[in-house]
Amino acid sequence: MTWDAIIHATLRAHEVKLVPYVPDNVLRPLIERIHADPYFTAFACTREEEAIGIACGAWMGGTRSIVMMQTSGFATLANVLASLPVPFQIPALLLVSERGTLGEFNIGQALVARTMRPVLDSIAMEHHTLTRLDEVEFITDRSIRQAIATQQPACLILSPLLTGGKAFK
Amino acid sequence: MINEPTTRNTAKAVARFDITQRLVAKLQNEEAVIGGIGHTNFDLWAAGRRPQNFYMLGSMGLAIPIALGVAIAQPNRKVIALEGDGSLLMMLGCLTTVGARQPENLIIVVMDNGAYEITGGQPTATTQGTDLAAIARAAGIPQSHWAADEAHFDSLIDQALSTPGPHLIAARLTSAKPAGQTERDPAQIRDRFMRGLGTKK
Repeated sequence: MTWDAIIHATLRAHEVKLVPYVPDNVLRPLIERIHADPYFTAFACTREEEAIGIACGAWMGGTRSIVMMQTSGFATLANVLASLPVPFQIPALLLVSERGTLGEFNIGQALVARTMRPVLDSIAMEHHTLTRLDEVEFITDRSIRQAIATQQPACLILSPLLTGGKAFK
Repeated sequence: MINEPTTRNTAKAVARFDITQRLVAKLQNEEAVIGGIGHTNFDLWAAGRRPQNFYMLGSMGLAIPIALGVAIAQPNRKVIALEGDGSLLMMLGCLTTVGARQPENLIIVVMDNGAYEITGGQPTATTQGTDLAAIARAAGIPQSHWAADEAHFDSLIDQALSTPGPHLIAARLTSAKPAGQTERDPAQIRDRFMRGLGTKK
């Protein structure tokens, strides 16, 4: 199975059925797979902050969701993460396609990518980086379980080691 | 002029706490209410605690997205977002998401006092020509109206609660101070809200 097929199946297994996202090319196979499956409600949002708000509202209303974005989009989120899911104890799930490393061609992406893990660490948000196909199911499954059990948000980062990333040609 | 639709310029300035009380008094079916930050939030708190009220603390601009999430999760419940003009100006794009998705159970109430009141009353763009109801209509929410006065606000709320949405009701406000201040206990606010929505026992 491909990484996107594994994540799709794992989200279904945990009844994570709402997917507000900001589009990203590396995420495209997963986004297309989710759009093709009527189990999911998926749609593009105008900003990552908006998608986090939708996910938090949906959780409180009884629907599990995951927000998908790329690294530069994550960089817009420090305020809303620190003022909504973390203090309100809402298990918002984030899936971030990692740009800015291992072949990045845009200096802006490379710079902003370095802010991601320090921000996650500074607000004590659980995060894991998916680098190997044989670990995708375990890390995704356990991260969703832990987020819900502890009522805390979590972030999964898709490394170019797993996805191939977006390289300069 | 009498038959012209109300605009921000022709709307009577109404008191935020008064119309918040009017709104809350009409909620008979456990409707969810998301209070955006600032004085909008404080007056929702002061209008009486309900288990179906969610009080934001920060995350400026997210009242409508949070309400949209609740509305998607609970399509049989009416969900109301109370948002200030400054907050909505920060997240205007969310109106296009609402316009694209057309959630029938979502009602947006815009509390437009023309100012960032809580930070010292600096003017927002709505005092300089920006019409948030017109923006909402252009974003795909045709049922977006200015309340001409208190009685018209009441009738717009009645209509929004009894017909499919999305609806947006904008009210031009006086600069009255809020009637209270929200207690800042996020875990408790979230827990009560989920019990109010029946998602936590």
